[in-house]
Amino acid sequence: MKDEISLCELAPGEQGKIIRILGNGLFKQRLMEMGLVKGQLIRKVKLAPLADPAEFVIKDYHVSLRREEAQEVMVSRLP
Amino acid sequence: MITVSKKERALYKTITVALAGNPNSGKTTIFNNLTGSHQRVGNFPGVTVESKEGYLRHDLYRIKVVDLPGTYSLSAYSLEEIVARNFIIHQRPDVVVDIIDGGNLERNLYLGVQLKELNVPLVIALNMADEMKQKGIHVDCAAFSRFMGAAVVPTVATRGKGTDKLVEAIIQAAEGHAARQEAPRVDYGPEIENELAKISALIEEQKSLTADMPGAISSRWLALKLLEKDAAVTAKLQGPAPLLPGSTTTNTALQEQLQLSLKHLMDIFNEEPDTIITEQRYGHVQGMYRKMVSQKRMSRINISDQIDKVLTNRLLGLPIFAVLMYVTFWLVFTLGERPMQGIEIGQAWLAHRITLLWPAGSESLLKSLLVDGVIAGVGGVLVFLPNIVLLFLALSLLEDTGYMARAAFIMDRLMKWVGLHGKSFIPMLLGFGCSVPAIMATRVLDNRRDRLTTMLVLPLISCGARFPIYMLIIPAFFPPSQRAPIMYAIYIIGVVLAVICAKLLRSLLFRGELAPFIMELPPYRLPTTRAVLIHMGQRSWLYLRKAGTIILAVSIIMWAVTTFPRLSAQETAGLTADQARQMQLTSSWAGRLGQAMEPALKLMGFDWKIGTALIGTLVAKEVFVAQMGIVYSLGEVEVATPAKDSEKVNSTAQQTDSAGYSATEHLRTQLRKNYSPLVGLCIMLFCLIASPCAATLAVIRRESGSWWWAALQSLGLTLIGFVLTTIVYQIGHFLQIGTKIM
Repeated sequence: MKDEISLCELAPGEQGKIIRILGNGLFKQRLMEMGLVKGQLIRKVKLAPLADPAEFVIKDYHVSLRREEAQEVMVSRLP
Repeated sequence: MITVSKKERALYKTITVALAGNPNSGKTTIFNNLTGSHQRVGNFPGVTVESKEGYLRHDLYRIKVVDLPGTYSLSAYSLEEIVARNFIIHQRPDVVVDIIDGGNLERNLYLGVQLKELNVPLVIALNMADEMKQKGIHVDCAAFSRFMGAAVVPTVATRGKGTDKLVEAIIQAAEGHAARQEAPRVDYGPEIENELAKISALIEEQKSLTADMPGAISSRWLALKLLEKDAAVTAKLQGPAPLLPGSTTTNTALQEQLQLSLKHLMDIFNEEPDTIITEQRYGHVQGMYRKMVSQKRMSRINISDQIDKVLTNRLLGLPIFAVLMYVTFWLVFTLGERPMQGIEIGQAWLAHRITLLWPAGSESLLKSLLVDGVIAGVGGVLVFLPNIVLLFLALSLLEDTGYMARAAFIMDRLMKWVGLHGKSFIPMLLGFGCSVPAIMATRVLDNRRDRLTTMLVLPLISCGARFPIYMLIIPAFFPPSQRAPIMYAIYIIGVVLAVICAKLLRSLLFRGELAPFIMELPPYRLPTTRAVLIHMGQRSWLYLRKAGTIILAVSIIMWAVTTFPRLSAQETAGLTADQARQMQLTSSWAGRLGQAMEPALKLMGFDWKIGTALIGTLVAKEVFVAQMGIVYSLGEVEVATPAKDSEKVNSTAQQTDSAGYSATEHLRTQLRKNYSPLVGLCIMLFCLIASPCAATLAVIRRESGSWWWAALQSLGLTLIGFVLTTIVYQIGHFLQIGTKIM
């Protein structure tokens, strides 16, 4: 598996492709229903003024994820 | 409520339509377009999820429109989703309209596909057609319609475009005229399909299981839900476990098959089946999307993103947020001040006119009821109205523009520490003005646990009505140099207690899996005046109708408690008016209750006089000041409140002339003579913490949907207040700090 990193490790402006979501149950289901499914591209836009949460763009919309949640989303970094 | 005559019922055919859609898809705007002002806001039965119903007439149809809560999915995880799904399954609307945000088509389609799986007559409103055009997105509506087996109507809700066509499509679908060709169903792949077939065959065998389910719900859907480990469906189909060992209910066959299937799928995919199912469903959506959408050119620079570069900027974000919050606070409280004064003046004028109906000096019970009970009570309801109207103006501006989500984004880090959502910040801030609008503002919170926690701790934020109490006590006991720090400290104590209580509630009462903070940041949009006005009007009406009636009732009860039993003329003979009032209050039930409570009050350093005045704080916190004035027989005592100072002095309608101020000074002198600074501090502490006023409790009851929460809050806070004040008093007393009476 090539360089699996979590969304937290993406720098603002960087893009990744979702490999898998850790965790289970409600949390994972929620993320997936919002479109964070395997193979989906996701771009980190910026961090909030207090460094948490972070803003991402996925499927034409913007979403905010807390650090704890972003940590569970594994992606491969795209150039 | 819209009343319909019998004749009308006979003439018109009624169609029930449910509006479903993602949050921010323009669902509410479409609802407004469809129903105009014929709306009714309430709650879905038994839950706090808001329901909106409206009616419209078209040709010979009377269309009842139900606005379902905005959801991203129908997986029945959140209360909103359960409500939406149950409504569709059990109320069986004739048509479900799925409102899809064209600018965010793919994610919106996920809900659409789930609706289709429920096998309901569907109409799709492809909303924000204008934004799609801007983005260069072109949708092949004919293909879309084929994929979904439903009519697709492009709309621009904000400009009312497409509404007529939508109504036509609804009627067509309800009458079954619409070509309801079978839409291709989601293919979950051979492995899952295989298990689905096995489970649904077992469900088919046991008709009794699904006897009370509508015919449209297929056994395939139920099987799918079982594989997704849907709690509601699983509970329903599996039934209770056999009570006696050896008694085999037929359900066990189903249970066994389900366990086998789940294990089998788990082995093959090495993933939970619900994950695979969601992925497959999204795969289906993506396939559809690719076949029907063509994007002409890459989107130009997005205005919304440009705005966000400034508003949520790492450096500018917080200052801009602070300014906007200040403006909100100013709008709600400062701008609301004038109309509030108007209401107070009107109230005083009316009370004056009524008093004139009786000969001067006479004591009539009816007069007292009218003036001190009814007018004061109605006034107590109306006086909040300007705040509430303006609050909802501010909130709908913040929410409809999309800034609310950014505010939460900016504040989330801080609020997370308290165990709350970023959006809780706004109600908390408003709490410094008044708890009533603040509690209504908790509507911005989507999660019920967050909402209840915020509501329950909100009264610990010192509201404007506590200010007069602090303003009476602090100058009475403390030298000028200490006044500001003490005032500051009491506000901070409130905030700290709110934080502690929120954390406690979170870890004791509202435990369980924390709802993930996955928040959409919708594009900035200009709200329509119409939507803002409807929103404001509805909320204000809701307040007047529901909370208002309770506040009025409580005011009249409190009037009775402080008025009865009445003193006879002989008993008050030879007393001045002030002395007579003092005697009346002390011998009233409130006075007696105050005296009866003395043993408990003593622990906090209070006497029965303070106790009697504290009973008055149930009507409104600032009543404490006036009641203390009465028990000390000092006539009308009023301390300037931040909202009422200079204006009130000038208004002849109010009795707060210069004598009123000197009465306050008199009262301060009396307090100094009778109590120690420690007791003064304890009064403030107890007034800060103990039970919020009736208006707050009424709003809590209304917003939480149950008296239980209002009672819990009232009793819980009173208990906390009692314990903390006792501790402070006893420690102070023991250490001899501030116990000297000056």
